[in-house]
Amino acid sequence: MNKKQKNLLYRIIAAIVCVIALLLLDSVIPTWYLKLALYMVPYLIVGHDILKKAWHGIRNGQVFDENFLMTVATIGAIGVGIYNAMHGGDDDYLEAVAVMLLYQIGELFQSYAVGKSRRNISELMDIRPDYANIEEDGEITKVDPDEVEVGSIIVVQPGEKIPLDGVVVEGTSSLNTAALTGESVPRNVTEGSEVLSGCINETGVLRVRTTTEFDESTASKILDLVENAASRKSKSENFISRFARYYTPIVCFAALALAVVPPIVLAVMGKNPMIAEWIYRACTFLVISCPCAVVISIPLSFFAGLGGASNQGILIKGSNYLEAMSEVKVVVFDKTGTITRGNFEVTAVHHSPIESDKLLEYAALVESHSSHPISQSLKKAYGKHIDSARVTDVKEISGHGVTGKIDGIDVAAGNTRLMDRLGIAYHDCHHVGTIVHMAVAGKYAGHIVIADELKPTSKEAMLQLKKAGIKKNVMLTGDAENVAASVAKEVAVDEYHAGLLPADKVTWVEKLLKEKDAKAKLAFVGDGINDAPVLSRADIGVAMGAMGSDAAIEAADVVLMDDDPMKIAKAIKISRKCIRIVHQNIVFALGIKILCLILGAFGIANMWVAIISDVGVMIIAVLNAIRALFVKNL
Amino acid sequence: MKKSYKIDVDCAACAEKMQEAARKTEGVKDATVSFMTLKMKVEFEEGADPAVVMPNVRTNCKKVEDDCEVYLD
Repeated sequence: MNKKQKNLLYRIIAAIVCVIALLLLDSVIPTWYLKLALYMVPYLIVGHDILKKAWHGIRNGQVFDENFLMTVATIGAIGVGIYNAMHGGDDDYLEAVAVMLLYQIGELFQSYAVGKSRRNISELMDIRPDYANIEEDGEITKVDPDEVEVGSIIVVQPGEKIPLDGVVVEGTSSLNTAALTGESVPRNVTEGSEVLSGCINETGVLRVRTTTEFDESTASKILDLVENAASRKSKSENFISRFARYYTPIVCFAALALAVVPPIVLAVMGKNPMIAEWIYRACTFLVISCPCAVVISIPLSFFAGLGGASNQGILIKGSNYLEAMSEVKVVVFDKTGTITRGNFEVTAVHHSPIESDKLLEYAALVESHSSHPISQSLKKAYGKHIDSARVTDVKEISGHGVTGKIDGIDVAAGNTRLMDRLGIAYHDCHHVGTIVHMAVAGKYAGHIVIADELKPTSKEAMLQLKKAGIKKNVMLTGDAENVAASVAKEVAVDEYHAGLLPADKVTWVEKLLKEKDAKAKLAFVGDGINDAPVLSRADIGVAMGAMGSDAAIEAADVVLMDDDPMKIAKAIKISRKCIRIVHQNIVFALGIKILCLILGAFGIANMWVAIISDVGVMIIAVLNAIRALFVKNL
Repeated sequence: MKKSYKIDVDCAACAEKMQEAARKTEGVKDATVSFMTLKMKVEFEEGADPAVVMPNVRTNCKKVEDDCEVYLD
């Protein structure tokens, strides 16, 4: 609790003690004015700042705020008490004191809860580095990350946050990237690896040459994004602030009407006007009219939702996108980099009579002189140093493949035409991708399949999306029809379109936008490379695998820090949960208010019911809003 | 030009009022106040000097909600 909150707490306690004392002494207080004076003590202790604020509000032309409502309602109630006392009725000042007291308890709770969730969320996003260890002439000094120039060498000890993006020049370690990606598996780094600010160095000492200034570093950008997210307000938030603007004055005038009209009507009809009773009902009205429960809980829900999502490595750039995300019914994927990894790799070795590793070794060696992407991926799959001295007599036959001798043995690697040409029988492959047939010492030695790999979770991700009620998963790709067809079948998308140029993707997204229901939203998921136009054309652009890609962070509305397609379904579920909570709160809080207004107007609900329902609704709504933060197991 | 300022305010409705007050200040093109992050983002009009505009924003905010603060560093 901060100073203000503590101060309020002490005042509340003091007022409660006073009230209890007064209740015990009630029968011995001789006159009504002494009783009134005594009850004014706790009233002023707990409510003096409300009275002051209301007075300020009136002077500055800001009449209809909650301070004004509480002031008028409580003074009205005291007035009714005095009136009753003077006419020999039952004087009750406790009610006015209790209203003020409960109202302040509500305020205290609200301020504490909001402060607490503010702290919780900033702890979740605790990636801001406090210092950098800079090394100069063998001496290590701690400096502000802001002061470190690009190209400086910084030292990161185990347990420290990496303060700036850079490249490791010395040391190996594993990094905890949980704060950035929500992924708990540590990432291993060694010399030459790129490291991102905000990760925590876990095991070894690293020397890093920085590549960005602090303002441009990943950590700063993410923090900036998260902090700005709350200022892009959603439709619900705008609705509530508009609502509050009209609601309070309307209820105030309704209260005024309630105090004036029925007594006049009754008087005209020749009955007892019951002025005190109607003023009391009007005061009850004012107590109910305080809109704080909704006004506080809606932005709090969104803030908690955004915070919970960013903790899972899902950065949503605004409450408006969170809201739109919950209405997504069509998800369009750009295949490469989202469903597939986007790098060509050896995916299988078939029909090899010798060991697969040996075959890969031969393939990598015989192709070692080529710079073709296929030979690159062979070398990568082999993974060891290539001793080119072992390779002799290399002949590249254009459009066929390569032949040569390795350790004196004849090796041929190429397509079916090469095998035909060499007169070697081969097995055709039913896999999709590029097939490298191998012949060793004049005999067929199987084939190697090179393809863009599916991500391990792609299939499950599509399933999850379907389960979450997505009507259509669409895959767009620039790849050839047969590759697209096979991927589409494997992961079970509903629709695919192959052989597209970047501009065609925009056209397709526009077409899909037209086809879908007007209320449903379309999300486009890309890897952030060359798809900025489509990302901005879709209702929501989602960029994935964005660790370190500035372009993607700029262009997208939702940024997934790692490249797991499962996160898309998760983002949708998080947004739905948040929106559900928002709707629950609106319906619940307004429903109770309207009910109380009706009961109050008929004199069924007194001021006690009004204030307890008001504070109770607020507490429940705030607790419900905080639920939006817990999204880990969605 | 856009700048971000730290603020202090107690309730969400008051934050809304501050936003309105800031928007109406001369030299301010747009302003958004986030109660949750306690930040005010101000977009200044072309040629407006934040050093001149911001004290007015602060005064106007104080007018509508005297228990608030805008930190101008």
